[in-house]
Amino acid sequence: MTVSLSPVLSARHISVNLGGKQILDDVSIDVSPGELKVLIGPSGAGKSTFLQCLNFLIPPDTGIISLESHEIDAKNPRALSLYRRQVGMIFQDFNLFDHLTAVDNVAIALRKVAGLSRDEARRRAMAELDRVGLSQKSGLYPAELSGGQKQRVAIARALAMDPKVMLLDEPTSALDPELVGEVLAVIRDLAAGGMTMIMATHQMDFAQALATEILFMEQGRIIEQGSPAELLAPGSGTRTGDFCRRLLDAAPAAAKD
Amino acid sequence: MTELLLAKLSVILDALPYILEGTLVTILTVAGSLALGFVVGVPMAVLEVYGPRWSRCLIRTYVWFFRGMPILLLLFLFYFGLFELIGLNLSTIAASCLVLGMASAAYQSQIFRGSIQSLPAGQLRAALALGMRESEGILYIVLPQALRLSIPGWSNEFSILLKDSAMCFVLGTPEIMARTHFVASRTYEHLALYLTAGVLYFCITLVGVSLLRCLERKVRIPGYASVNGSF
Ligand SMILES: Nc1ncnc2c1ncn2[C@@H]1O[C@H](COP(=O)(O)OP(=O)(O)OP(=O)(O)O)[C@@H](O)[C@H]1O
Ligand SMILES: [Mg+2]
Repeated sequence: MTVSLSPVLSARHISVNLGGKQILDDVSIDVSPGELKVLIGPSGAGKSTFLQCLNFLIPPDTGIISLESHEIDAKNPRALSLYRRQVGMIFQDFNLFDHLTAVDNVAIALRKVAGLSRDEARRRAMAELDRVGLSQKSGLYPAELSGGQKQRVAIARALAMDPKVMLLDEPTSALDPELVGEVLAVIRDLAAGGMTMIMATHQMDFAQALATEILFMEQGRIIEQGSPAELLAPGSGTRTGDFCRRLLDAAPAAAKD
Repeated sequence: MTELLLAKLSVILDALPYILEGTLVTILTVAGSLALGFVVGVPMAVLEVYGPRWSRCLIRTYVWFFRGMPILLLLFLFYFGLFELIGLNLSTIAASCLVLGMASAAYQSQIFRGSIQSLPAGQLRAALALGMRESEGILYIVLPQALRLSIPGWSNEFSILLKDSAMCFVLGTPEIMARTHFVASRTYEHLALYLTAGVLYFCITLVGVSLLRCLERKVRIPGYASVNGSF
């Protein structure tokens, strides 16, 4: 079982400076197969920046990123494209391709990147939509879908590339409360199926139940990390615990309006 | 009175086949220029948004040059000046298409640039995250959306270019304006003949703009506001 010990994705000493501001300061992470790492932290901590660094959408100034022990050379377009295929990304605001139907959103990269034929891509895309419970909606355009449905299409789109790891940037924070559940259910299924994931979220119940590790970020650094049990135990006195209690206190107030 | 009108009518009717032939030349010139402007304008817009710094400077200079000069001057400058100098022997129609097309590329590039920049940055980011190259993301994700958004602006460019094409008569291009001028200077029926030419331009504009509106409706993305104002 040596395989399961070596990380799927490893990022070492990632630093990013944007507009003269140190956004990420020496951040490192290792994810082993089947792990779900949860990033939490206040707004502006750098969670989105970090996740985008992990697939070079924001190129890090310094640091090394490796997939299954192979260091990624982001200067090489072929290598970068191959790497990104294997790292699925889910955005807070979905970013579905607005001019394509749900099924074509999933199929386009299968055709243009993975090189499948139109029919094969369509078949595979339908299978992925089925997996997130949306095969009935395959012909609809993004503007005709609810937020929860959009995010599930986005997940199907990422899954279609057979990623080795998924990065999820607050996948439910743009959703109406009643739609959060359907998206979390899909992510829960993924976790149960052994998908390796790094997820930024403010859904603390979800994190507590499913995270293998929680990383607490603030001002571009990871200042605490550990299992949910360690960090969230009552009386643990951790920043993470503090932060979560404040979130939970705020939640009922937010639910009222 | 009726006799006078009939006389005018017969002048128009006599001249009509000749002027209508010019309509074909006008349409050909406009279609050629628009096509050239499109083929050059789209890559220009893409390079101006995504390209390296030097390409951006180059394109801005090009746009500045062609937008900064009257069409009439450009026609003279290229046809009698540059083409003459480099020994480029073009038919008047081809020369008209080339000059109008290069100028139109400058305008069209800015229509497309506006559309590209109005798209959320997340569209290209999502394409890259799936493993598409930047060029693939632009081709399959950005441009299909940007071109849809460009149709109203492009329709504007069409109607302006159509009227600019009348300038080509100075090169001797046998289009509507040149032929009308030719007949009018012989028959002295200026009012009736130029009115006829005006109606022809008017009709071409109407047909072209209607076709573009049809196209706009046809490629409309469901869920977006429609051209009819219904939602
Ligand atoms: N292009 C940029 N130029 C300068 N600063 C930036 C840029 N993009 C982000 N930032 C800054 O980087 C910091 C981290 O932003 P980031 O979006 O990563 O935070 P986050 O932890 O994801 O916050 P949230 O919970 O609100 O999503 C913020 O202070 C933000 O203002
Ligand atoms: Mg964020």
